[in-house]
Amino acid sequence: MFSPSHFTAVVLFALFASVVFGITMRDTPARMVRYGAYCFALFVGSAIVLSWAMYFIAR
Amino acid sequence: MAATQNTALKGTQQGFVYLPLILGWLVPGAGHFLVRKWGRGALLAVSILSMYALGLAMQGKVYTSAHDILDILQLAGDLCSGLLYFVSRMLGLGADSVQVTTADYGTRFIVVAGLLNVIAAVDAHNLRTGRKPS
Repeated sequence: MFSPSHFTAVVLFALFASVVFGITMRDTPARMVRYGAYCFALFVGSAIVLSWAMYFIAR
Repeated sequence: MAATQNTALKGTQQGFVYLPLILGWLVPGAGHFLVRKWGRGALLAVSILSMYALGLAMQGKVYTSAHDILDILQLAGDLCSGLLYFVSRMLGLGADSVQVTTADYGTRFIVVAGLLNVIAAVDAHNLRTGRKPS
């Protein structure tokens, strides 16, 4: 059984979803890579921001 | 110029235009392989298959029946995986119920892999019809 940490699960999810979003939402390879990287950064960045927000709310 | 574009569009619309959509739904990336987008098809196949496999490895639940609206939506998401879902059912892969924390992630991975598969299949269809230029 594969038991990743919460952060690893987020990174894996962001990676695979960003690849599909990048390829399907843009026309040229350069724009695909840029959009995929943008989606990945937003996925992981928003997860980190929300995690810290919940940390401070819980205290 | 316009006549050239019309001829090119007609050329792309010959034959059964829904084949990449159906094949892309059944096998992740196959729709792109059909329209000769080998690199994109391979990346899509690896991403979707990996996500589905990781979901199963995390003991994610594969929905077999639905009792409420959320179950119905998740079952629909699972069905979007095409043959992956039916093969998983036949081999008895995946958990019947969520037992551990990672299984909850695994269930989402399986559902989202199906949804991403549909996005990829629609993209292959758009390439086939010429709605997406390249």
